[in-house]
Amino acid sequence: MGVLANFVVNVLPYITFIVFVVGVIYRIAVWWSRPSPAPIPVFPGQRSVGSAITRVLADVVIFRSLWQFPGNRILWLGAWVFHVSFLLILLRHLRYFLGEEAVPGWVAAVQGLGIAAALVISIPLLYLLIRRIVHADLKFISTPADYFVLLLILSVVLSGLYAKYFATPFVVDVKYVMRSLMAFQPVDLNTVSLNSAFLLHFFLVQVLAMYIPFSKVMHLGGIFFSPTRTHHFGGEAHTKKLEEA
Amino acid sequence: MGEQLEKIYDVELKPGAGEGYVCNLTKPEFAELMKTNIPKEPLPDEQMVEVALKRLDELRKERKSIQLYLDICVRCGACIKQCHYFIGTGDPKNTPVGRAELLRKVYRAHFTISGKLFGKLVGAEKLTPEILKNEWYKYFYQCSECRRCSVFCPYGIDQAEITMAGREVLNSVGLATKYITQVISQVYKHGNNLGIPEPAFKYNCQFLEEEIKETTGVDVKIPVDKEKAEILYLPPSADLFTNTDTMIGVAKVFHAVGADWTMSTYASEAANFGLFFSYDDMKAINLRVVETAKKLGAKLVIFGECGHAWRAARQFMEAMNGPLPFKFMNILEYTAEQIRKGKLKLDKSRNDDVVVTLHDPCNYARAGDLIEETRFVIQSVCNNFVEMDESVTKVKTFCCGGGGGLLTEEIMELRMKGGLPRATAVKEVVEAHGVNYLAAPCAIDKAQLPLVMKHYDIPVQVGGIHDLVSKALILEGQEEFEAKKKAEEEAAKAAAAAVPAVCGLCDAEFATMDECCEHAEKDHKISKEQCDMVCEAKEGAAAEAAPAVCGLCDAEFATMDECCEHAEKDHKISKEQCDMVCEPKK
Ligand code: HEM
Ligand code: SF4
Ligand code: SF4
Repeated sequence: MGVLANFVVNVLPYITFIVFVVGVIYRIAVWWSRPSPAPIPVFPGQRSVGSAITRVLADVVIFRSLWQFPGNRILWLGAWVFHVSFLLILLRHLRYFLGEEAVPGWVAAVQGLGIAAALVISIPLLYLLIRRIVHADLKFISTPADYFVLLLILSVVLSGLYAKYFATPFVVDVKYVMRSLMAFQPVDLNTVSLNSAFLLHFFLVQVLAMYIPFSKVMHLGGIFFSPTRTHHFGGEAHTKKLEEA
Repeated sequence: MGEQLEKIYDVELKPGAGEGYVCNLTKPEFAELMKTNIPKEPLPDEQMVEVALKRLDELRKERKSIQLYLDICVRCGACIKQCHYFIGTGDPKNTPVGRAELLRKVYRAHFTISGKLFGKLVGAEKLTPEILKNEWYKYFYQCSECRRCSVFCPYGIDQAEITMAGREVLNSVGLATKYITQVISQVYKHGNNLGIPEPAFKYNCQFLEEEIKETTGVDVKIPVDKEKAEILYLPPSADLFTNTDTMIGVAKVFHAVGADWTMSTYASEAANFGLFFSYDDMKAINLRVVETAKKLGAKLVIFGECGHAWRAARQFMEAMNGPLPFKFMNILEYTAEQIRKGKLKLDKSRNDDVVVTLHDPCNYARAGDLIEETRFVIQSVCNNFVEMDESVTKVKTFCCGGGGGLLTEEIMELRMKGGLPRATAVKEVVEAHGVNYLAAPCAIDKAQLPLVMKHYDIPVQVGGIHDLVSKALILEGQEEFEAKKKAEEEAAKAAAAAVPAVCGLCDAEFATMDECCEHAEKDHKISKEQCDMVCEAKEGAAAEAAPAVCGLCDAEFATMDECCEHAEKDHKISKEQCDMVCEPKK
């Protein structure tokens, strides 16, 4: 496992990082630069900048749009639990990157929630997967890529859980590896105790990160540019106050 | 949500069900009039793909919405059941996401890295003439650009934007529909969608003026082509022919507030089918309005009861044709404002014969922020207003099924299927609240919804909001006129009652109708209410007893006989020929 492990730990992370950052910036730059020839808000709730912002935030934080139709509310629940769990897991992982020795207080504070989220997240993930198979209309519109990303995340989650509970690596070493990478210092794999379960997890995570800029997962950035939600009307020609001459 | 409405969401999946609904292709004489550069005939297959891809590439660079909505859809399916054409047909390509995928798969194959690398695995498919002809041309003309899907999508993905892009690409290869291009041609030739030439337009306005005079006794002007005016009013041209009550209502409002307004024969149409066709033509049609307003020196441009007209104005006019030297508003906002200012004298009870519900036109609610005004005006002019279920009104309103340039004969079946959600919602309020008037302040609705209601066997009348305003609005001098008219009618009735009558059962004759009725009750046991089934005015008697006028000297007489005597004496006309001279007074 020598060469491969070395590649995954000492080389790939930099490639991943560059692909991820450049990819994400490129995609956002494209959206940013495209002109909007006309305001096309979908009303109501965008009579001012403030109300437009509130609405986008509601869409991001509580998935307001999905809640609106009773038939979509299971999806709303599944999607929301999935995303919140994902976020908590990401936050929990900061402990491998932040702080010389001890992690910052708030990172320590989310550890419990992060573990709970990691245990829970498979449920919404499986739901999201199964609904694509059992509903004929969803099956029709799904592409192989839609299954792929769910399966990829599921495998990241399962490999992580396996690493945590069944093939536990030495946490201090994991942090040492991450901090070394951040300092551009190659790690001598013989000096740390990492196992193949961790390496698999670490590898899958990097695949996911590299896949994100090329995929629909970018929706998380796109929502902030969506013209129907971000456009609003302010003091343009049309006005409700009829000023009669 | 009522039980019936809930049921519409149980859609049975029928792939291919929409294949059969195809709009007729445009003709060279229409295609060549478009401001958008479109080939007169569909391009040969070998050129199609290249031209189409070039246009698609331009569009995604020209409009953020297109680029973004092609990129970020996660195929979560939240929009699937929000489209009336999917609900009606069950065709998965008629779901908002399914329809967009028709374009997205091509975009992926030609313009994205993952699509180029992984092809079908990421849902990418290279463009072919068949995709253009059999998928895009069919399914982008089975979307009414109603934007309902956008409300329910977590990112606000607006399928109408994709449809508009798809149609513009289709235009570039000569695949446009006859209906839309014909309507736009009429605007360029005659100034309005129906192609009403100037003299007919003016004649109709006079005709409506006369009609108002006859019913209210008031001289209400419907000015056309005035040289200078404060307000330019743009009706949907159908209001001058089929929905005349709406036009009458609007004219009365302007009259009541003493507005200085006019219509123009150069821009005699609020509607803008460019919205369904291309930005270039939308801009050109809006430009006619802007030019006219400038020439008139109008300070205010008012759009009539028309949904997509309002979107083309509200969202595009300033951006495309601005800066504008005038303000613009919808007639419902104007009337609401006048009501709030107390400038209209309204008698709600005059609409007590109707129980009203409101169909929000998609483009009022979702594009125009026109939700409260419509309700305010309705509730100001009538006592009985009932809302449909909240899941199908306001911003969640369902399309009538005929919007987006689909109001054409050849796809009538699709239009009826698309009307199902609205019909179901109306049916619920008809059954629960006895609704008998469906207010639909949009010219497309007024053409489509009566057919839908008939198709689903729902007994409601479809009409505008200003039709109701017209009934409730009392103009200055109208009440005197009405009182006079009523007195006259009563006098005529009394005169008719005084006429000799005959009993139909026994041929007995009586001096008056009353006497005959009494006889019928006494001798034939026929109640007085049913008297008219038995007693009839003696033939000719009514006419003879009615006042008459001499056609030669305009002298008036109490009866026909007196007139005839006069004619014989003064004009030497024999009694036999009297009817050539004497006429009953009108
Ligand atoms: C550079 C990024 C990441 C690193 C270095 C990393 C590292 C690790 C390590 C070492 C473990 C196992 C041992 C432990 O908890 O002590 C773990 C667990 C886990 N990882 Fe990651 N991971 C990363 C990103 C992610 C991402 C993006 C996900 C997304 C869903 C994820 C999901 C999980 C899960 C579910 C667990 C198990 C539960 C837990 O302990 O939190 N990881 N990760
Ligand atoms: S709701 Fe939006 S993201 Fe979901 S499938 Fe429809 S268009 Fe795509
Ligand atoms: S815009 Fe309306 S007609 Fe078009 S896909 Fe969306 S819901 Fe259907």
